[in-house]
Amino acid sequence: MASKQQANWSPYDNNGGTCVAIAGSDYCVIAADTRMSSGYNILTRDYSKICRLADKCLMASSGFQADVRALQKVLTARHLIYQHQHNKQMSCPAMGQLLSNTLYYKRFFPYYSFNVLGGLDENGKGCVFTYDAVGSYERVGYSTQGSGSTLIMPVLDNKLKAPSPLILPAKDAVTPLLESEAVDLVKDVFASAVERDIYTGDRLEIVVVKPDGIRREFMELRKD
Amino acid sequence: MRPDPVCSKTLLLRVGFLRRGESPNISSTEFPAKHHRVVCYYRMNLKMDSIDSSPANQALASHVSGSERTLYPYVTGTSVIGIKYKDGILMAADMGGSYGSTLRYKNVGRIKPIGKHSLLGASGEISDFQEILRYLDELVLNDNMWDDGNSLGPKEVHNYLTRVMYNRRNKFNPLWNSLVLGGVKKGQKYLGMVSMIGVHFEDNHIATGFGNHLARPILRDEWHENISFEDGVKLLEKCMRVLLYRDRSAVNKLQIAKITEAGVFISQPYALKTFWGFSAFENPTKGAEGSW
Repeated sequence: MASKQQANWSPYDNNGGTCVAIAGSDYCVIAADTRMSSGYNILTRDYSKICRLADKCLMASSGFQADVRALQKVLTARHLIYQHQHNKQMSCPAMGQLLSNTLYYKRFFPYYSFNVLGGLDENGKGCVFTYDAVGSYERVGYSTQGSGSTLIMPVLDNKLKAPSPLILPAKDAVTPLLESEAVDLVKDVFASAVERDIYTGDRLEIVVVKPDGIRREFMELRKD
Repeated sequence: MRPDPVCSKTLLLRVGFLRRGESPNISSTEFPAKHHRVVCYYRMNLKMDSIDSSPANQALASHVSGSERTLYPYVTGTSVIGIKYKDGILMAADMGGSYGSTLRYKNVGRIKPIGKHSLLGASGEISDFQEILRYLDELVLNDNMWDDGNSLGPKEVHNYLTRVMYNRRNKFNPLWNSLVLGGVKKGQKYLGMVSMIGVHFEDNHIATGFGNHLARPILRDEWHENISFEDGVKLLEKCMRVLLYRDRSAVNKLQIAKITEAGVFISQPYALKTFWGFSAFENPTKGAEGSW
């Protein structure tokens, strides 16, 4: 009697990378490195992990790149349909819910994608949602996902620690920092993560969302 | 057409009976009568995976009846290397098809032109590569049948291949290939890669398999923007020589392919000069008589 065959290939791979998002009072900073790796190889040094889903809503994802790309396509398509049906752009919280539902839809064969959604909510305030691979999510003031997240999160907590969500009256999670200070913090934090995480490096892509538009900038990181 | 319970939406395509070289100039009166045939060719999952196709169900089914899914590759090709150069793309691959550790087939062309603007190189299972060529044949045929002056560029073909590979991986029945897709359209050069699980990216230089480990570092060091044709060929030959020395499944019979705005050119197979005259090889037991 033949025993059950085991697959000798894995449908998943970890292509690495780190994503960060920080929400401010009237801006949102979303950043990710541009390195794509597989095992100990670097596949390319120039791959963007940030996707613009809606006018004021961006998603940065790290993990298995084929799943990330499929997820981005699904969400972009759904946004187009929403625009046709409602004659307006999806708001960031709405996209947040859609992303969560899309991830849970594949609960039993997940998208291996660790996401951070950033943008401006309906009131023009910064808005960051953080996710796990199967769709549990939470609105926060800042977050990081990916291979370097364990190195970065404690530093962000130190600088931006939100007051407890349990105290009354309810206090905002968004940081009081200025936009330039938040961008500097992101640059510092990536420069540190790159030193110790082999999957993070090459180049940093930073996108800043503000009520009047979107700005993109790049910073070189260590390539080793 | 066997109904497919997994697929929630089949893509129906009209296919005309065209021989190679014939142009699809069919008048509107003729077309319905002579060529009317609706055939379903690909059963791609165009919606998200439905619950029926969960891995648990499929795994159970395959255990009972004997799997028809790819478990491991049989006849494989080794690395493909591609670079962007001044006028377009250069690609190199040897002509070997290995059956495990036997170098069984030595005349396997692993670089093929696709449409007017692209070149496809493949490593991995050769039969899956031939299947992919059949899919692409059909894609290009349908593209030509529109007869609207447009033609599929390398970006489009790369995207199509990515979706095909990813969807097969989702059904746990992958096409066991790493594909290199290069081309030029309207002056824009494009070079990308897709792996068997759908990982894809675009870069100035690409290599699959062992090439990733051995050739890519050389390319990172010596490739530069607007490299000339002669320098590009020299660079590819340097990489192929290293692979010949160090990759056991490489054969010394390679083809170099070039694609520019003007068209595709795939060279005749040729061999690289190698050097084995190291003193340690000539007298291998010199330092230790009796050993081997």
